Amino acid sequence: MPAFIQMGSEKHFSSLHTTLCATGGGAYKFEQDFRTMGDLELCKLDELDCLVKGVLYIDSVGFNGRSECYYFENPTDAERCQKLPFNLENPYPLLLVNIGSGVSILAVYSKDNYKRVTGTSLGGGTFFGLCCLLTGCSTFEEALEMASHGDSTKVDKLVRDIYGGDYERFGLPGWAVASSFGNMMSKEKRDSVSKEDLARATLITITNNIGSIARMCALNENINRVVFVGNFLRINTISMRLLAYALDYWSKGQLKALFLEHE
Amino acid sequence: MAERGGRGSGHGSLDKSITLPPDEIFRNLENAKRFAIDIGGSLTKLAYYSTVQHKVARVRSFDHSGKDIDNEPLYEISVQEEITARLHFIKFENTYIETCLDFIKDHLVNTETKVIKATGGGAYKFKDLIEKKLGLKVDKEDVMTCLIKGCNFVLRNIPHEVFAYQKDSDTEFRFQTNHPNIFPYLLVNIGSGVSIVKVESEDKFEWIGGSSIGGGTFWGLGALLTKTKKFDELLQLASKGQHTNVDMLVKDVYGGACQTLGLSGNLIASSFGKSTTADKEFSKEDMAKSLLHMISNDIGQLACLHAKLHNLDKIYFGGFFIRGHPVTMRTITYSINFFSKFDMLEMDRLERPLVNLPLLKDPSTYIPDTVDLTDDAMARKYWLTCFEEALDGVAKRAAASQPDSVDAQERAEKFRQKYWNKLQTLRQQPFAYGTLTVRSLLDTREHCLNEFSFPDPYSKVKQKENGIALKCFQSVIESLDSLGWEERQFALVKGLLAGNVFDWGAKAVSDVLESEPQFGFEEAKSKLQERPWLEDSYSQWLERLKEGPPHKCALIFADNSGIDIILGVFPFVRELLSRGTEVILACNSGPALNDVTYSESLIVTERIAAMDPVIHSALRDEKLLLVQTGSSSPCLDLSRLDQGLAVLVRERQTDLVVIEGMGRAIHTNYYAVLRCESLKLAVIKNSWLADRLGGKIFSVIFKYEVPCK
Repeated sequence: MPAFIQMGSEKHFSSLHTTLCATGGGAYKFEQDFRTMGDLELCKLDELDCLVKGVLYIDSVGFNGRSECYYFENPTDAERCQKLPFNLENPYPLLLVNIGSGVSILAVYSKDNYKRVTGTSLGGGTFFGLCCLLTGCSTFEEALEMASHGDSTKVDKLVRDIYGGDYERFGLPGWAVASSFGNMMSKEKRDSVSKEDLARATLITITNNIGSIARMCALNENINRVVFVGNFLRINTISMRLLAYALDYWSKGQLKALFLEHE
Repeated sequence: MAERGGRGSGHGSLDKSITLPPDEIFRNLENAKRFAIDIGGSLTKLAYYSTVQHKVARVRSFDHSGKDIDNEPLYEISVQEEITARLHFIKFENTYIETCLDFIKDHLVNTETKVIKATGGGAYKFKDLIEKKLGLKVDKEDVMTCLIKGCNFVLRNIPHEVFAYQKDSDTEFRFQTNHPNIFPYLLVNIGSGVSIVKVESEDKFEWIGGSSIGGGTFWGLGALLTKTKKFDELLQLASKGQHTNVDMLVKDVYGGACQTLGLSGNLIASSFGKSTTADKEFSKEDMAKSLLHMISNDIGQLACLHAKLHNLDKIYFGGFFIRGHPVTMRTITYSINFFSKFDMLEMDRLERPLVNLPLLKDPSTYIPDTVDLTDDAMARKYWLTCFEEALDGVAKRAAASQPDSVDAQERAEKFRQKYWNKLQTLRQQPFAYGTLTVRSLLDTREHCLNEFSFPDPYSKVKQKENGIALKCFQSVIESLDSLGWEERQFALVKGLLAGNVFDWGAKAVSDVLESEPQFGFEEAKSKLQERPWLEDSYSQWLERLKEGPPHKCALIFADNSGIDIILGVFPFVRELLSRGTEVILACNSGPALNDVTYSESLIVTERIAAMDPVIHSALRDEKLLLVQTGSSSPCLDLSRLDQGLAVLVRERQTDLVVIEGMGRAIHTNYYAVLRCESLKLAVIKNSWLADRLGGKIFSVIFKYEVPCK
């Protein structure tokens, strides 16, 4: 950030006769720095307002004639998985899940009426942070790359590891994760997993948790469409498809996970 | 936890020579009658029901057929061996399952049991192993059914099972009284993973969700990040960590202006969010703390979301992840399975049902204890010191009460050590054993004495004092009968109070009794505090006796043996009977200090009836009834009384309750509100307590209370 402001100062941003609108926490946190270092006055806008307005705007404009909003058909089937357009013409009510460093979940009832339902601190920052600590990676892209090659089932304890198969009484399939990182209590197992496996497990854990909370919010608010946005999902197809699958599976098809081309 | 004696090189060669301290972990295994095992994702929980031999003191009337009555002891005391049932609870990591099964097999010598009940995932996975090792047939039960039945059981039967945790409050732990109606509730069981169950009734419950982020995640991720292998060590690290070094907070994102988002600056925006930007390494402590917060917050949030969806306002958190650690409990409100602390449960406590006194004004808000020592640090320090100082004397008395036993000294020392350790633990962690009150300190002491086969250390003292008091009974009655009515009422009350002074439980008194054995009843009466007493509603009581009709039935909770019951209580009882009031005399079911027990009261009453026609005819006509309270404590919990007593109270339309003694009227029930008239009497035999209440040692409390309309 300081380097950016410095650059702005060098390039005489302040001489541009245009307002610099800023949102997000940093609009407040760095306001003073912008003023003193860059001689720039920020026009601060509430991030959630911007988020909602942005989502609605970008869908109305479309993406080079295509739909901005889409969903996945057969998300976990590598061969048959398809991205299909979704018409957001009548979007309300909508559950908006913004996954950045942290997560905010909004219920949007009309273009001017929305509320922040809840959030979670287990977000993109957690995934990246834990990955750095567990694998020594240094960029988000690197972390995702590792995750794409890993096998999280080595790291997680699944239902079938505990029950030997499905647990019918609860309706839990054997492949469901019973305890994330549950196998890592054993030294042997810790020594046998790779960095890629750990990266994958971290991604899966965070993604599933977000999906779970989003699903509960959707049920509580009586909303059946959930739009996931935020930089966590940038180039992160694994998470998008997992969210799509999880929401569909655990809601028995009642909830739909939606995404935007420009997340 | 089981530890290996030798070094094994993997699952194949498990060392047979295990250094398990069997007395402490697998107690009473030989007589185990029923086994149940719950094999979860990481931990195995074993419960077994076995019998224990156990000393109990019994009293029995002698057959006086013309023998030397004056010099013979009043009744016979015998110490008998009784068999009681106990439930034991053990936990160990799944990796040790084979070793533990072998150990159990080696020690299961006296059992006729053929079946072991099993639940949890492991019931499927380890079925063959268990059947092979133990030679028992595995009978599988559904884990959710077991979980709910167990939860309902503890919610109904174990007092102070449930507590709420409030961060930054003066009293961090608020123990909840057992609510009469426990349903519906949400149970969040945190094991390796999390199960969320909605319970609507005994038989109607449903798994409604879960989470894979649970204890296993904490353990697994914790091990990876901090290289700590043990769960408890991780918690230890967490307690010393600063999560703000690792987590990104809202104020880190916003600077100061957090009100725009409507969130507090101290909330965590992104767990482990600083990991990406920090240059230095994080400490193990900080990471462990961050991890703990992350997981606990997540579970709490999911629990709330589920509760909201199903309209439930009670959420109980159970499972081994929590373990009473303040660090874990700081983020959400919990209820905890106390079996992780108490690994044994006396079954016969639960065989006679315990119920509320029907005369309690509001049973759902009744709390017996007057002072909560977890709340009141000064009081806590005082009482812990007081009990520490008294301990040597108690141990000596215990040993001296069994002069014919060769190992009495040894057992007394073990008792002293054990109780001492408990007191020290309580100094460090006042919440370690649940609620902390003078009552719990007294009761724990009694339990420890029982554990080391000292069921009734005061039995001989009581016997001697009962004998002496009986000899004085008739002359006391004669002098009372010679007084005018008003004078007599006052003398009776003074008699009750003076009698109450004879309490071996109070150090101030036992010192005197030990040094001045002739300190008798008359002296006690003469030394009684002059009116006005510290709490003095005697005039109102007198007024009531003068103006009002005789009470229909009085319930009297007796305190000490000897002079108290015979020369204090009985004349008072006699007066009530003469007025036409029925009397229910309630005494302890089991011994505690020198309190009179129900069985002793039967003998004493028989003797008095032989001397006194009023008592004699009252017994015969069932106007005087003797019952047991259901308690073996020097204190009194009116919400857990013997059902027989409760039934009788209703039948006889009791309209007066008399509670005497420090234990029953001051340490407990001082503020208890009843639906009928009540008398609470005691002489304060502890200077600190007297000071607290605004008086001096040996101050008198005479509280006559009338229910407000």
